Amino acid sequence: MRNLLFKNIFRKPLTEPRPDSDDAVLAKLAGHVERTAYRRLGRSLAVRAVDAGSCNGCELEIHALNNAYYDLDRFGIRFVAAPRHADVLLVTGPVTRNMREALERTHTAIPNPKWVVSVGDCALNGGCFAGSYAVVGGVSQVMPVDLHIPGCPPSPAEILKGLLALLEKGAAGK
Amino acid sequence: MASLQDLILKGNRCPEHKPWPRVFVDAEMWSFAINQLTDGYWSLLGLWAETETVHMALMDEASSAIGVISLECPNRHYPSVGCRHAPAWRLERTIRDLSGLEPMGMNDKRPWLDHGRWEVQAPLGSARKHSPTDTGYEFLPVEGESLHQIPVGPVHAGIIEPGHFRFTANGETIVRLEERLGYTHKGIESLMAGATIDQAAKLAGRCSGDSTVAYALAFARATEAALQIDIPARAHWLRALMAEIERLANHLGDIGAICNDAAFALMHAHCGVLRERVLRAAHACFGHRLMRDRITPGGMAVTLDPMGFDTLTTLLSNIRQRFPALVELYDSTASLQERTVASGHLSLDLARQFAAGGFVGRGSGRASDARRSPGYTPYDRLNFEVPVRHEGDVNARVWIRIREVEQSMALIDQIMAQIPDGPLAVPLPFKAGEGMALIEGFRGDILVWVHLNDKGIVERCHLRDPSCFQWPLLEAAIEGNIVADFPLCNKSFNCSYSGHDL
Repeated sequence: MRNLLFKNIFRKPLTEPRPDSDDAVLAKLAGHVERTAYRRLGRSLAVRAVDAGSCNGCELEIHALNNAYYDLDRFGIRFVAAPRHADVLLVTGPVTRNMREALERTHTAIPNPKWVVSVGDCALNGGCFAGSYAVVGGVSQVMPVDLHIPGCPPSPAEILKGLLALLEKGAAGK
Repeated sequence: MASLQDLILKGNRCPEHKPWPRVFVDAEMWSFAINQLTDGYWSLLGLWAETETVHMALMDEASSAIGVISLECPNRHYPSVGCRHAPAWRLERTIRDLSGLEPMGMNDKRPWLDHGRWEVQAPLGSARKHSPTDTGYEFLPVEGESLHQIPVGPVHAGIIEPGHFRFTANGETIVRLEERLGYTHKGIESLMAGATIDQAAKLAGRCSGDSTVAYALAFARATEAALQIDIPARAHWLRALMAEIERLANHLGDIGAICNDAAFALMHAHCGVLRERVLRAAHACFGHRLMRDRITPGGMAVTLDPMGFDTLTTLLSNIRQRFPALVELYDSTASLQERTVASGHLSLDLARQFAAGGFVGRGSGRASDARRSPGYTPYDRLNFEVPVRHEGDVNARVWIRIREVEQSMALIDQIMAQIPDGPLAVPLPFKAGEGMALIEGFRGDILVWVHLNDKGIVERCHLRDPSCFQWPLLEAAIEGNIVADFPLCNKSFNCSYSGHDL
């Protein structure tokens, strides 16, 4: 183990520069976020992720944000276990009827002020699961959504851009 | 002892079912099949229903013969398999929830996927409107002194899928785990009924995101069997290439994640890097990190260009350079071994009874691999080993995955060396038929059964995830372990919630 750790000291870091976030992209992503929101968030974002019936594709890419290439922590963004600690609810999936209550209760448990980010095409409007007896059809059917990150699933870079949009468009807008 | 072939010969054969036979049987032959299951001669591959027919896919363990038997149940009930053969238990509760057919003799009247939240009853059967009534859920009773219960989920602490675990513990030791699943039920089989083949293929690729290639492959092969068409050779090889890349990515990610659940973050960090490299290579070669919607019924939507070959060659040499040091690290870290060795033990008897596939079965000594048996192209022309261990613990399942990483890399080498040139796809004819496919995903064998009409519409499609038979085994494997080892044991199984719930 020592050998492996020692080698890493001399290896160049794998972590990549932050993704390009031209203002147009950020503006589009964060169009619905009120400007006052950014002042409250500062440079720190505690995220509680809830799978509301996704296929687990989005979860794989959200997980990837923690690997050495994206290293989410350096942006002040971190995933937390308790909704009580969270600023942001990150929701994936078309919201199944069986998950609706759990999602709502998680949302309620997050202290104000709070923001909701939906991830993936089916979180927008149910995607290819829309119309099923078992899905509500999109996160916005259940709670107000501040920001949506499209894709099936969106790549980690796209999810990262979306989360940065929450944090940084505000700094630009101040 | 009669063989499955004998039973198939006696039944009333459905001529359109490919590639394995399907026969209509009477209640007596149905009961005989249940006896063969309980005696361990046959294995249950799947159990599902159409409006008034219940189907059971079986494999004869002696000859590896596969067949489907169907029982018509105009009175909306059939003799229960689950009351005598436990692996069918939850499948029958699923059938009751979705199709409204009652398993006679099954004492468990609790719903499974239907949590009382839908506005329709038996969506695949009568589909009668009703107002949602959540009557709560009664977990199995537990008796004894000094027991306490820990309810966990459906929302878990990490970034994972939703499901409820009800632990009953004596101090720190788990004496019973009962799962309650169904939270991610999206009604995929209902959406597929009446969908075009293209729409259904998209849905199949979204049953379980980590196995999107395996599901797309299984659906495509079942459809092609139903239509009785052959696809170009190059498409077969490209499909196998993608399937092995998917296996590689999942195993690499999970080996790290299992170690992370034993609080050994270094493995997780390194394996995460390797997994990311595989996904980036997949994106460079096929235009999508998870390779979703790349396999279509009739062939392939994308090809591999010369640059793709170079990308994969570089990827493999990079993994070969770095992976052995990680294996060495896993093997020589006593604190990590202390957690993985002997925890979460699954016996061979149970693995056999539940016909457990993938690393769950192979880690307990059940050597099954759908690439070998029943087998499909191009694996008949490739050399690979199916690693088997007998310890049945977390460590054994990790080692199976390590060996499979090596095998998948060897397979990718062989596929790249032998892949033929040629067209990528053939157009689909409009033709009625029934087809079935059994595909080895990274978790184990995925079964897809499809019934098409002559207008190119899916009448009914059933998809069975390997997790359906692995979830109940997790309940058995966790018994006697401490609560703190549950994440570790759970990750070593890594069952799919979405694939199970559909």
